[in-house]
Amino acid sequence: MASKRIAVAKTYKIYIGGKFPRTESGRYFTLEDKKGKVIANMCRGSRKDFRNAVVAARNAQTGWAKTSAYLRGQILYRIAEMLEGRREQFIAELKLQGATQRAAETEVDLSIDRLIYFAGWTDKYQQIFSAVNPVSSSHFNFSVLEPTGVVSILAPDDTSLLGLIANVAPAIAGGNTCVVLASESKPLSAVSFAEVLHASDVPGGVVNILTGFRAELTEHFASHMDVNAVIYCDGSKAVAKTVQVLAADNIKRVIARNQVDWSGDAENPYLIRDTQEVKTTWHPIGV
Amino acid sequence: MATAENKLAFDGGWGYDPAPESTDHIEIKSRYGLFINGEFVKPEMGKYFDTVNPATEERLSRIADASQADVDKAVAAARAAYRGPWGRMKPAERGKYIYRISRIIQERAREFSVIESLDGGKPIRESRDIDVPLAAAHFFYYAGWADKLDYAFPGRRAKSLGVAGQIIPWNFPLLMASWKIAPALACGNTVVLKPAETTPLTALKLAEVIADAGLPPGVVNIVTGAGATGAAIVEHPGVDKVAFTGSTNVGRMIQKKLAGTNKKYTLELGGKAANIIFADAAIDQAVEGIVNGIFFNQGHVCCAGSRLFVQESVADEVIAKLKDRMETLIVGDPMDKNTDIGAINSSMQLEKIRSYLKIGKSEGGEMHQSSCSLPKKGYWCRPTIFTGVSQSSRVVQEEIFGPVLAIQTFRRYDEALVKANNTPYGLSGGIWTDKGSKIFKMTQDLRAGVVWANTFNKFDPTSPFGGYKESGVGREGGLHGLDAYVKLGA
Amino acid sequence: MALSAVKKSVRLPDLSNVPSVDEVGVDERVARFQSRSIKKSSKVEALKLILSMIDLTTLEGQDTPGKVRQLCQKAIHLHDAMPGLPHVAAVCVYPTMVSVARKALAGHDINIASVATAFPSGMSTLQVKLDDTRMAVKAGATEIDMVISRGRFLAGDYRYVFDEIVAVKEACGDAHLKVILETGELGTLDQVRRASVLAMHAGADFIKTSTGKIQPAATMQVTLTMLQAIRDFYRDTGKMIGMKPAGGISTSKLAIHYLVMLHETLGNAWMTPEWFRFGASSLANDVLMQLMKQSTGVYQSADYFSKD
Repeated sequence: MASKRIAVAKTYKIYIGGKFPRTESGRYFTLEDKKGKVIANMCRGSRKDFRNAVVAARNAQTGWAKTSAYLRGQILYRIAEMLEGRREQFIAELKLQGATQRAAETEVDLSIDRLIYFAGWTDKYQQIFSAVNPVSSSHFNFSVLEPTGVVSILAPDDTSLLGLIANVAPAIAGGNTCVVLASESKPLSAVSFAEVLHASDVPGGVVNILTGFRAELTEHFASHMDVNAVIYCDGSKAVAKTVQVLAADNIKRVIARNQVDWSGDAENPYLIRDTQEVKTTWHPIGV
Repeated sequence: MATAENKLAFDGGWGYDPAPESTDHIEIKSRYGLFINGEFVKPEMGKYFDTVNPATEERLSRIADASQADVDKAVAAARAAYRGPWGRMKPAERGKYIYRISRIIQERAREFSVIESLDGGKPIRESRDIDVPLAAAHFFYYAGWADKLDYAFPGRRAKSLGVAGQIIPWNFPLLMASWKIAPALACGNTVVLKPAETTPLTALKLAEVIADAGLPPGVVNIVTGAGATGAAIVEHPGVDKVAFTGSTNVGRMIQKKLAGTNKKYTLELGGKAANIIFADAAIDQAVEGIVNGIFFNQGHVCCAGSRLFVQESVADEVIAKLKDRMETLIVGDPMDKNTDIGAINSSMQLEKIRSYLKIGKSEGGEMHQSSCSLPKKGYWCRPTIFTGVSQSSRVVQEEIFGPVLAIQTFRRYDEALVKANNTPYGLSGGIWTDKGSKIFKMTQDLRAGVVWANTFNKFDPTSPFGGYKESGVGREGGLHGLDAYVKLGA
Repeated sequence: MALSAVKKSVRLPDLSNVPSVDEVGVDERVARFQSRSIKKSSKVEALKLILSMIDLTTLEGQDTPGKVRQLCQKAIHLHDAMPGLPHVAAVCVYPTMVSVARKALAGHDINIASVATAFPSGMSTLQVKLDDTRMAVKAGATEIDMVISRGRFLAGDYRYVFDEIVAVKEACGDAHLKVILETGELGTLDQVRRASVLAMHAGADFIKTSTGKIQPAATMQVTLTMLQAIRDFYRDTGKMIGMKPAGGISTSKLAIHYLVMLHETLGNAWMTPEWFRFGASSLANDVLMQLMKQSTGVYQSADYFSKD
């Protein structure tokens, strides 16, 4: 009698600089299903993991910002293609973390479509938000958007895949690089999404994804002096205060995204603009 | 080769007689109250402070020191006006009030320039030709936006925020008031504004204009005072938005104080702009740009080009020409129409600048100042340059906010770029070259909100202004300046 | 090495090294000069200085000995009702009128400038231009105002233009050479700067903006560009070159702005008729009216000042 095949379980790791290391701290936390059965041992990312991720994000930032808008669009589209190809896996993972079949399907489909949505914006938002300014003197004057730089993102806890993509996609569509803290209660999709990114021509370091405890990492996401903007989702008043106080040390841009219906009103270019700077250039007009 | 014998001489010989702007048509009251709910009222605590002419050290007027109770009253008046007439007014009508303000400033332009120069020490030429016309233009520009906001935010509806608390600095008192008030009103907000304690007079004159323009009481309230008054505005629960222009340190404090509230904020903070001269630049115009960059308004400019980078092959020439040009700058009485550099705004600021001159020398920098004579009374600083300094020098890293330029040389493009971006600030930058593609590359690579290419220190109401990194959050001016005063809904 | 050292003073410079000029930046600088407010004694001093710097000019096809004699009279007697006035620096006439002017100005310390070299177009052969120059000098001209070959310059034939100036300079003998760039035909300030550098290296004692026959003639923008070229030439060689804006400067106010510009660009050493001239036909009377106003406090009428 042939023995039953043993499935190969997946080791869920973090994603830094285009690599999948384990947390440098060696710590983990256990993810259980509703019945208390162990699903996975997740990396309990540390502040040093975050620090390494910011270094990776910073190193990738200039190159990503200079990648043509067209190519960024193609890469975002590629992410969607890869996600579509692994649709069943993501549905299964969401179900594993408690979603119904239908909710899981909806979330994965919306996630794919959201990527397509922002893929289409990469070469258009500039045209919506930039300006040629009719100054009175003999100068040509124009304002364009540029990425703010490195963005730290405290992703929503509830919609663990869609919420993460809905925050990451507009940030990278606009040429930023980011470090994301995945949903603490449902971290599986984030790690699998990292694998999708890895297979999608996204340069290493453009998106870095950590798993771990929000209570432990929030302050570092907010305070790091080489992070230019922090996005936090669904923070309590106390969290909001902590983030804003710490962010002020280097005048970070603080973007609060509370009670956003990620399946509803979250398709607009203003989400891209949140992590953009306006740069205005003057030049004389003469012979 | 240029030699010492071939030096030009600018002193002695023909000179310009004093050409003072007349002040006899100017009325400055001996005492000013607070402008709350459409009228000037006495401060609750009855306290006043002096505002001093920095060119003579003489008192110009006594100014009310607003306490918490006064700020409460001002915010309440602003709230009532927001809930009442201003909030209910048709946007087009709102715009017409703002147009009126612009027109009255134009009519009273001479008066505004004279008072600006008396109170702040800036040369009358600048207040007359730059500050006051730009202030009027700013109101005129934003007036027109009042009924067109739907076109500014495609796919979104812009709604007003409520009461805006605004705190402005002493370097461009009237102009900064207009930068703050005009877009706030255009977007339908009401305002509580605090001018700087050393330069309150033109804001109080603006209050007169606003009253004359017939704006409903409480739409604009002007409260005077120092840091405590500012803190009372920032922390007031009745304020929906805070707009601040000033130092990065105070901006940081404000950002921290606002943490956990839902108040929107914009910050225009410090800078240490790089002004980069390539060998292929139009050198004579570049020298003029250096002068405009650092000596405009005594260097009391957050976007001043205070770090000069000159390509080594032209460094000697540029510095020699700069020194010649400095000799022709006239330092002295701000009221004289020929004055190029007026008085340092306050004794405190002069002390700060002087301390940096000491620091620069002690760090091994070679200091050069123009040879001009200075008046006996008042606060003055000769135009100053430091050579032989490096990125690690404090005069290179820190914002001095005075007519003090730190000069470094570079050899290659990337060297200039790396040094230019090697700062926590990111407000502005300058680049001088005759090569178009180099301009576009540099303007892309500089991490700064405003890039002046082959020009410097230019401002216009249509042109957004504001910084990257520690130079601030948000933009003022232009289409992008509307953002600061609206919330966007579906 | 020795050869190049000898020839250095008359070598065509590499014009590609001439710094470029930004028009808007020049406009802004000029606006600053114009915002200077010159009052009281500094104004009187400036007005007198301006009078002393004028090259009183008549350059018309209808010029006659009679007209030139009248002009010379004016040069000597600017306005005898006002004592203590300086006389103008020179009268400027066509070569055929030089001898008339010399007679009329005999015994007076007023220079005789003559245009030459097929003025104003310069469209002739070198030989004709040299003959023209020698004739004027022989007739008594102490200053020669030549024109450059603009067509050659614009075509990039700098060598031709350079050699022509060198040759004319030689033909001048002891007479001072002013080289007219005719900036109104050069198109850009970059070209003005290049032509200035070329002319100075070729031996010009003065560089001059215009013939007065082409619009625009002198502008402050063009003059500033030339003054800056003079300053750089002085820095590099130690040699002072004079400047003459000509055409279109007809009011005291504008002339004072030019002086401010001169003062703040080249400094005191150039603030004399030896180094700065105004080529003008109607400026003198406006200056006289202003001087009279300064001394009497009463605004003046042109009817009280002789036209020639």
